Amino acid sequence: MSGEDRREESAKLNETKGEERRETEEEAPTEGSAGTSAEGAGTTPTDAPAEGDNREDVPSAEADSGAAGAGADPNGRKPEGEEQASAPKQVQAAAEPKTGPVDAKQAAEGEPAAPPAKAAEEAAAPAASSAGGEAPVRRQETDEEKAARRKAALEAREAAKAAAAQGAARPEAAGGAAAAGRNPAAAAGRAAPAAADAPPPPPSPNQPRLDRAAQLLRELVNEDAVEEASINEPNDHLPTLVIKRDRWQACAGLFRSHPELNIDYLRNVAGVDHETHMEVIYHLLSLDSGHNYAVKVRTDRESPSVPSVTPIWPTANWNEREIYDLLGIDFPGHPDLRRIMMPDDWVGHPLRKDYAPLDPEV
Amino acid sequence: MIRTEELLLNVGPQHPSTHGVFRIIVKLDGEIITEATPVMGYLHRGTEKLAENLNFTQIIPYTDRMDYVSAMTNNYVLVHAVEKLMGLEIPERAEFLRLIVMELQRVASHMVWWGTYLLDIGALSPFLYAFNDRERILQLFNELCGARLTYNYMRVGGVKWDAPDGWIDKVKEFVRSMHGKLEEYDNLASGNEILLSRIKGVGAYDAETAIAYGLSGANLRSTGVKWDLRKNEPYSLYDRFEFDVPVGTNGDCYDRYLLRLEEMRQSLRILEQALEQFPEGGETMGKVPRVIRPPAGEIYVRIESPRGEIGCYIVSKGKAEPYRLKFRRPSFVNLQILPKLLVGESMTNLVTILGGIDIVLGEVDC
Repeated sequence: MSGEDRREESAKLNETKGEERRETEEEAPTEGSAGTSAEGAGTTPTDAPAEGDNREDVPSAEADSGAAGAGADPNGRKPEGEEQASAPKQVQAAAEPKTGPVDAKQAAEGEPAAPPAKAAEEAAAPAASSAGGEAPVRRQETDEEKAARRKAALEAREAAKAAAAQGAARPEAAGGAAAAGRNPAAAAGRAAPAAADAPPPPPSPNQPRLDRAAQLLRELVNEDAVEEASINEPNDHLPTLVIKRDRWQACAGLFRSHPELNIDYLRNVAGVDHETHMEVIYHLLSLDSGHNYAVKVRTDRESPSVPSVTPIWPTANWNEREIYDLLGIDFPGHPDLRRIMMPDDWVGHPLRKDYAPLDPEV
Repeated sequence: MIRTEELLLNVGPQHPSTHGVFRIIVKLDGEIITEATPVMGYLHRGTEKLAENLNFTQIIPYTDRMDYVSAMTNNYVLVHAVEKLMGLEIPERAEFLRLIVMELQRVASHMVWWGTYLLDIGALSPFLYAFNDRERILQLFNELCGARLTYNYMRVGGVKWDAPDGWIDKVKEFVRSMHGKLEEYDNLASGNEILLSRIKGVGAYDAETAIAYGLSGANLRSTGVKWDLRKNEPYSLYDRFEFDVPVGTNGDCYDRYLLRLEEMRQSLRILEQALEQFPEGGETMGKVPRVIRPPAGEIYVRIESPRGEIGCYIVSKGKAEPYRLKFRRPSFVNLQILPKLLVGESMTNLVTILGGIDIVLGEVDC
């Protein structure tokens, strides 16, 4: 193909893409107006659940960048910038008053026993209340509502906790309860039944492996080594262990050397600032068996420190340096703990949630 | 009387053979390296910090700029993580398109490596061959999504653009012609005596070392460890296609060289099958809520990028933005073994060994 042909063709292509964009652009406002009609004063409350359904079906791509495509260059880079500038506003405006119905719907899905009429009623409630006013973009909460919300959230949390205690903590059920917590009208009467109705899920296929690992660590390291053990279901049923900080070095050694665990490959080390505490997550893999584990070690925020595993897995070296650099977690036992990304004289640790740059100009 | 003196030599950060802004401080005894200290961070943009204030769709273009030689796989690892956390279903056509662009990207990425690696060693012409053929892949990407390097092509739930009319046929045509080209590459350089004397037996390590240092991709497989995430922990549609995972035996630069050439052939094999099975019609976007808000939880997904295991760890608190986003970047992890490999090598081998690891600095520094 000669250069000229190619240019011609790409020009043609750009043209067609432009047309597509115009189409999506025309569509977007209609969708937007349809989507926001729940706010309109004339809407009857019974329309609201249907709106909720609609919203679920709308593919997001149209919404978040189709609208921003106007006059965009076909290069694909510029729309992104515009998208960042304009789309969030529109999307937010369209979505916010409707958070209620959708949450209620999600919650209703989490609880199969709920009669549909009840869900519809609940979904309609917040929409109706917002429809009363002049279609406010962000509804002001009264004190009573706030109090009710706090109460509902508390109840939802407790219900989730109770469910966990029963060993029936399906993530969807907990999620549903939490979502309901955001919606005072829906949550009050529902949180408890949602937890009670959830049928016990089938045990995870990795549960025996998790139990075995926890047992080994408790027996061979120390009784108090394992603080928590759970299965991370969405993540391919990943066995996840929370290990006591003081025991981590011994536990890591056991993971590496015990023939049953035989963790020879440290996939990833990540640090997280949870604001109440710091956490370091290790993703472990045994190349022989293909078994994966996640290990978390928690440490306090004031003087965070986690024993280094570089002597056990050399690959931890730079990972720990990076975590030290960006989160300020100390790794005693590390051979060369220096900053790795930021300059040596940098002040502060940027990935911390409360990080404020020393010089805002930089 | 001749006096010997230890020499401290600064290589980089601006040096063509470091493939970006990467600096190594080497201590030399004559021509032999006694100590090497890598210095990086010149390209650190704080992607992970920036991501904490962006929604997931807005983060996708930032992933393009990490490993800019292989932006498609970076796109994929992020959207794949979010989809998995939300439990979304992806339409088959979209998944096929993703797989096709990822494999094309692997070929393109290995071409860049092949061309620049030989350029590092002193062979100029292979570079021109490689970039000429890579250009055809970039042209295909340009037709698909309007960008040559930073595609921003994938979305949570599918892909942004459907393949334009005739695009699949063009890819088929490219794959057909590429087989012959790879043979040409082999004839051009693989048996060359200068090349062999420069890279055979250089930068060798064993499987145990590779595993301890967490190496992945061709760096790990060159030691004989058969570990490819497309086979061992299949994602996308890779379990539907037949392909081999080539492994080396000596763990030296020459094995890595051969592996990457072979991986291109295997990618072409996958592409042939995928293009044959490509569904006629169908959606390119799944059913996704307007605001992408993954449930509270955390997830670590990993895929096989041209450079090895690229992972994405997301901590979500049920908001539209991630609470914490961490990328496991294969270039960053693979580079760790460099100081160990350099000790005792001659200064000329520095370039050979560094090039053999195949790093992209945008990904090292993130």
